[in-house]
This record gives sequence, structure tokens and C-alpha cells, in this order.
Amino acid sequence: MRTKSIAIWSAVAIVGAVAWGVIALMRDETISAAWLIAAAVGSYAIAYRFYARFIQYKVLGADARRATPAERLDNDRDYQPTDRRVLFGHHFAAIAGAGPLVGPVLAAQMGYLPGTIWIIVGVIFAGAVQDMVVLFFSMRRDGKSLGQMARDEIGPVGGIAALIAVLAIMVILLAVLALVVVNALADSPWGTFSIAMTIPIAFFMGFYLRVLRPGRVLETTAIGVTLLLLAIAAGGWVQDSSLADTFTLDAETLVFCLIAYGFVASVLPVWMLLAPRDYLSTFMKIGTIVLLAIGILVTLPVMQNQSVTEFAHNGEGPVFAGSLFPFVFITIACGALSGFHSLISSGTTPKLIEKETQVRFIGYGAMLMESFVAVMAIIAASIIDPGLYFAMNSPAGATGGTVESASQFVNGIGFAISPEALQSAATAVEEETLISRTGGAPTLAIGMSEIFSGATGEGLKAFWYHFAIMFEALFILTTVDAGTRVGRFMLQDTLGNVYKPFREVSWKPGVWLCSAIIVAAWGYFLYAGVTDPLGGINQLFPLFGIANQLLAAIALTLCTVLLIKHGKLKWAWVTAIPLAWDATVTLTASYQKVFSSDPKLGFFAQRDRFQDAIANGEVLAPAKSMGEMNKVVTNSTVDGVLSALFAVLIIIVILDAARICIKAIRSREPLPTTEVPAQPSRIDAPSGLFDRREKELVA
Amino acid sequence: MTVRDVLGGVRWYLREVAGESAYDRYVEHRRREHPGEPVMTRRAFERWRQDEREARPQARCC
Repeated sequence: MRTKSIAIWSAVAIVGAVAWGVIALMRDETISAAWLIAAAVGSYAIAYRFYARFIQYKVLGADARRATPAERLDNDRDYQPTDRRVLFGHHFAAIAGAGPLVGPVLAAQMGYLPGTIWIIVGVIFAGAVQDMVVLFFSMRRDGKSLGQMARDEIGPVGGIAALIAVLAIMVILLAVLALVVVNALADSPWGTFSIAMTIPIAFFMGFYLRVLRPGRVLETTAIGVTLLLLAIAAGGWVQDSSLADTFTLDAETLVFCLIAYGFVASVLPVWMLLAPRDYLSTFMKIGTIVLLAIGILVTLPVMQNQSVTEFAHNGEGPVFAGSLFPFVFITIACGALSGFHSLISSGTTPKLIEKETQVRFIGYGAMLMESFVAVMAIIAASIIDPGLYFAMNSPAGATGGTVESASQFVNGIGFAISPEALQSAATAVEEETLISRTGGAPTLAIGMSEIFSGATGEGLKAFWYHFAIMFEALFILTTVDAGTRVGRFMLQDTLGNVYKPFREVSWKPGVWLCSAIIVAAWGYFLYAGVTDPLGGINQLFPLFGIANQLLAAIALTLCTVLLIKHGKLKWAWVTAIPLAWDATVTLTASYQKVFSSDPKLGFFAQRDRFQDAIANGEVLAPAKSMGEMNKVVTNSTVDGVLSALFAVLIIIVILDAARICIKAIRSREPLPTTEVPAQPSRIDAPSGLFDRREKELVA
Repeated sequence: MTVRDVLGGVRWYLREVAGESAYDRYVEHRRREHPGEPVMTRRAFERWRQDEREARPQARCC
């Protein structure tokens, strides 16, 4: 390192350290969001420069002279050397979605500090490490999927457990995301109209791209985005017109609309709906994230939320039950550590990467970006009045649904907001009500409209609110569509073992049947969540978090096994420590969800409480009838069984992997792996964002 | 670096990310590796590329 470089990195370290100091020490005063940004960026820079570099060269032994599968197997289709900056864009667009926006908003009930620390520390030592190491190992195996690698390197038991976990998380993920959309659109004609309009817009784009102007993606997307903004503005007029009633749908109707949409979208040809939607949502997503970052930097809002609320200790928070450990780490998955990413890192990206030494930039770098999005989400949720936050995010059973009862409820849990303030907050964004708009999206939209209107003027507040809702709903629907397709392919592949034609992509009965099964599976949880008297987000979000962290545990286990198999026992801690942490968190959460005797926390305790009441002929609040009582019993049984299943799966995979690790350590010869032998590379490409010549100047 | 360079870079990046440049690369590849053989029209190529996506769905994360 040269003197200049030492000076620069010392300065970065000092800025980061000062920012952390301010966050930690300013306990009773409000602080500016700028400090959170500075702490995050400073920490990321140091982690990327030093820790990720250490992992890339020392631990993994990435070698620029070794050809990647993209170079060796280049077929102009799935294998193709792709410019690192372009691939970074693709990879980031695939990993970043609603997750890093929703989780931090919910976790803000414990204050902004626990969530922020976990997002930053978690990404540096766990999330980004997982993404990068999985990407590396998959790249060394011609882009094999996580499930295949688990089967090849751990064994059939681990492989089957991984397959079940992937399918289960897919179903829960789609249900929870769809639930977020339903909660955001219920009884909101503005939002429902705008989102409904995205379907004809996408059809138009698909047709335009297929028939009128083949391949002109940018032009098509520009037209689509313009129409989309028009649809958002038009939503405001629709709300004030006689059409308003047509687009005012209750949650249950929306569920059936979404289920129908999910099925149709997943059997239509890709070019018709999925591809244009994907362009639209990706550009909107990146655009909005950039806007949000600029908005925060320009307005530098002040945090209104407490740094740590009492719910962190007593576990009685209304948004989700349970105390800080383990539930902050379950609620914030995407942004800190997300198992789902291991599917992307072992999917398309390893087949496109140009140089082995780019895994740091693409795997670790893209995850740092997602983490930054999560930090912005927690800022957006923490700059709004905490009273409003709790009125919006507590289930309807708690708030009672009116401004008066919600105000009373919020005052009862130690925060304050008047009924008038609640009403005027709703009026400002032209919504009927904001009470119990759970799921995170509306809260984030309020925070974003606050930030954006701070820069553009109060008059645009309602527009920005609906813009934010639209942007989230848009890419959640794309996820639902794409996820249903991926689930269908996995199911087709599995059923193909029994009856061959299922594997055929063109065999329509198989396609329809498998699509219907996947849609029915997430549709069931979506419906159960929407009609659950205890609140769907409150009940299902922990399950989603546990499933996601379970997948992360499988990915980290695989990474640890591979490090040991490759004779790198002394570096195995790089993935073993995050694995130990993740397994502890997930197993503790599952244990509490299964065995806790507190009915608010444990699914089975909840079941018993309601079952006993039914036996005595009583109706317990918040249920209003015997039918609702039975619903609670069914839901808590299903959720409890799933929590237990997830825990068992983790234990099976870890035990099976431990067997292989011990065998590998004892064996004199290295155990066989499926790594593809080295071949020399002929491509010359830089490894980082900047060109090597420029890099040498810095380094 | 001039303004023109920056705009050119942005244009290059957007075209690459959106896949608009795929056809140019395909034509160049055919000319280089299979000279004299027929080259698909843009319409046919884009159609083939879209339909090809059918068999390889990409998951979008949460």
C-alpha cells in the first residue's frame, strides 16, 4: 500500500468510526439520518476493500488466469462472457426486491438502532460473504444450482432437504409478498387503478417489442414508464370520479384477483407479460432507489423513532411478537443475510461472469448495495411520527380500525398521536384511512413521500405516496409471476422423475397442472393471511424470515463443506461463523415459535388457547365469531407445523454436512469434488469497477 | 472526460443492460465464426431470443 492509499483508507475509517460513535452516544437526542448513511458507507468501503479482498484471494483463491465457464462454454445463450458492470446490474436487479424494503420497516418497531446494526454488520460478515462464496463455488462448477451442489457435495439427504427448503421458501415468500400488495391496495381505488393499468401497459409493450419494433427495449421501456406515470396521475382522477367504486376492492376480492393473475401470467408466453413487466419494474426499481438516495442526501431528515424501543426487551411489540434476539435477525433477512440470494448466485450469474476475480465486485458488491437499500428503508420508516408508525403497522384486531380507537391503542403502548393527526396524515396522501395498513409498503410510502415532498413541495405528497406504492406493487407482482414460473419448473422437474412428459416445457397439461399447484399453495397462505383475525403479516412474516434464513443456513453449510473439502480448513471460519450465528438465530426462533407457552409468540400455545375457548363456547378477541376462532386454530396449526419442519430440515442438513466435514478432515487424500479442472483464460478484463490502470493509481 | 464521453458511456451501459446490443454481437459473431452462412434478421433473432427465455426462468428475489 502506498502512502496516499493509507491516508485515504484512514480517512474512511475515521468517518465511519465517528458516525458510529454519534449513533451510539446520542441516546436522548434526535440525530440526523446522515449519520446512519455515513456509518453504513464507511463500513461498506472498508469491508469491500479489505475483508472481501482477503476472502477473494486468500480464502477462495480466485485466479484471473483460470477460464470461467462463460469463456469455456460460450454458446451465445446462457453461457456468455459479460462485462462486469453489466453483469453487476443484472445481478443486483435479480437480488434486490421488496425484501430489503419491507423487513427493516417492520423491524423499526424495536427502534432504528438494532435493525441498522444488524443490516450493516450482517451484510459484511454474513450476507455478502454468502453471495460471493456461493457465486464462486457455482462458477467453479459450470454454474450448478444450489440444490445440485448440495446433492453432489453433501449427499442425497442434504440434497433432498435443500430441494424441499427451496420449494417451501418460494411458496411462503410469494404469499407474504402478495400479502404486502393486498394490504397496500385494499380499499384504495387510486392504488388499485394504477396497478391494474400496468397489465394493459405491459401487454402493449410486449406487443410493441414483438411485432412493431423487435429488440428496441429502451424505447419500449421509455414509453412504458411514461404510460405508468400517467396511470399514477390518472389514479387520482379515478378516485374522485364515478369509477371509484369499481376500483374499491376489499382484501378478499384482491386475493382472488391476484391468484387469477398469478396463474394466467405464469402460463402466458414470457414475451407477452413477464418480459415487459420485468423491464418496467427493473428500471422503476433502480430509478426509485437512486431517487430515494438523492432525496435522503438532499433533505437530510431527522430520525423521529427512538433508537431502541421497549419492545426490543419485552417482546410485546404489536407489529410482530418476540424480543430482539432472535426476531430482529429473522425479520430483516434481505439486506443483511438472505438465503434466497444463493439461488441467484448459483443460477444465471456464474454462467455469465467473465473473470474469476470479479466475484468480489459482483457477489459482495451487489449485496452491499442491497444492504444500503435496507438502511434507506429503515431511515424512511424512522423519520415518520412513531405514533403514526404504530397506528399503521399494528393489526386491525389491536387498533380497532377507527382513528379514535387507534389513537387510544397507540397511547396505551406508550406512544402518542391524536385522532386528528391520524386523519390528517391520511388526508395528506388522499387515502381514506392509514389505520392498520400493515405489510410495510404503506409505511415506506409515507416515509418516501415525506422525503420526496421535502424536496419537491407539499403539493405532490399524494402523488409521491402512490408512486411509492406503485413502485413496490409493480416489482412484487413481477416477483410473483417469475417466482411462480420458477416453482413450476422445479415441480415439473421433480414430477418428471415419476412421469417423463412433465419435464417437457411444451406439454401444456403438465404446465397448467404445475402452475395451478404452485399458485394454489401460495394462494392458500395468502388467503389465510388476509382473513386471519390476528393479522396476516404478524403471523406469516416470522415464518417467511425463518424460511429465508433456513435457506441461508443450507447455503453457508455448503460453502463450509466445500472450503474444508478443498483443504482450506483454516479458513473455514469465514463461512462457519455466519453459519453458526444463522443456525442459532433460526433454531431459536423456530423453537420459540413451536414451544413458547406465550400464546402471542408460540403457534401451538396460541392454538391451545383458542381451542380451549372453542370447547367452552367462548369467542376470544380479536376473533369475532366461532368461524374466526376456527380459522385461528387452523392457521396456527399449519404455521406451527411449518416452523417445526424448517427447524428439522436445518438440523438434517447440518448433521449430514458435519459427517462429510469429519470425513474430509480425517481423510489423507482430499475427497473428490465436482470442481471443473483449470483451463487457461484468454480474456483480459479488470476485476473491479475501475480499470486496472486506474486501480493501480489508487492501490 | 467530456460530456459526450459520459453520455456515450451511459448509452452503452443502458443498451448492454437492456440487451439491445445482443443482435449486433450476434451478427458480428456469425460473420467472424461462420462467414458466408446466413444471418438471422433482427426480427427473427429477437423472436428466437425471447422464446428461448421460456425455458430458463430467472427468479427475482424478495
